[in-house]
Amino acid sequence: MSSAAPAQLSVSLWRGSDDGCYETYSVPRRASQTVLDVVTYVQRHIDATLSYRFACRVGMCGSCAMTVNGRPRWTCRTHVAKVAANGRLKIGPLENLPRIKDLATDMQPFFEKWRQAEGVFAPSLTRAEPMARIKPDSRARMAADAAIECINCGVCYAACDTVRWNANYLGPAALNRAWTLVNDERDAGNAARLTAVAASGGCHSCHSHQSCQEHCPLALNPTESIAGLKRRTVAAYLNGELKA
Amino acid sequence: MNVRLYVWQRATAALMAPLVLVHIAVILYATRAGLSAADILSRTHNSIAWATFYGIFVAAASIHASIGVRNILVEWSPFSERGAGRFAAVLGIALALLGFHAVFALVVA
Repeated sequence: MSSAAPAQLSVSLWRGSDDGCYETYSVPRRASQTVLDVVTYVQRHIDATLSYRFACRVGMCGSCAMTVNGRPRWTCRTHVAKVAANGRLKIGPLENLPRIKDLATDMQPFFEKWRQAEGVFAPSLTRAEPMARIKPDSRARMAADAAIECINCGVCYAACDTVRWNANYLGPAALNRAWTLVNDERDAGNAARLTAVAASGGCHSCHSHQSCQEHCPLALNPTESIAGLKRRTVAAYLNGELKA
Repeated sequence: MNVRLYVWQRATAALMAPLVLVHIAVILYATRAGLSAADILSRTHNSIAWATFYGIFVAAASIHASIGVRNILVEWSPFSERGAGRFAAVLGIALALLGFHAVFALVVA
């Protein structure tokens, strides 16, 4: 912590549900302090009724995402020094999701859209058959690998303008997941999957604003995955394999 | 937007790109050469080429614009998808009627 940093942080936290408001707390500034540390301090030392969600604290579980000074972020991997140069933090729940209470959102619509996008692996082999041999450097596997590391934190979903405008839009995470499965040679569910992502609210609703790519903490590029789905579905439609 | 509307909108956009360039070139030529309305009509009257050119332009623009307006309504208005689709269909038909009427006036009337 630099010597110029204030000893106390002024932290505004969203309290309540949709009809709530921001309340401001004073939190001691510490070295190597993360935004999650700040929220946890408030909950443990100032107001035990504060609701928020976290688990691993090391950027693996994806459960602590919140809106920090206007941007969706993992709070566990966001240092205060990076986002609160003036000693002020404004922390709210993720956008584009129903608010349960305080900083906790209901992730059900997010995961429901995964299901709608046929984001579940559909095996083409049984246990009795030999394991499929996939070339790591094949074009399809490389495309899947580029998108596979998503941990469902919901940051891209909260950052997406199209999700904000169109409640039926499946969103970048679900479509990114669909793209990994479209490129998985072991999967047998592509007919239903391409139909799902080519329907209204699917990949063709994306405006390519690239907010998902800009905000993804893992530097994934869902916009590129969605562009791949657009190409694949258009080809399938023109070949008569899809009905819309 | 679904894949069918997406394909139609992209295809009409690709079709209109060269048509727009020719249209702008025609406007620049007509204004710089000082052509009167009578001069222009004398060139377009009974011209199958101009009727085809602007007939395709009108059809493509009507489809393209109505799909775009539908999308805007779905995202930025209280319209349901069905309501936005109906409004856009009416708009597309109106644009086509106005456009074909103008082409008819230019070439036949």
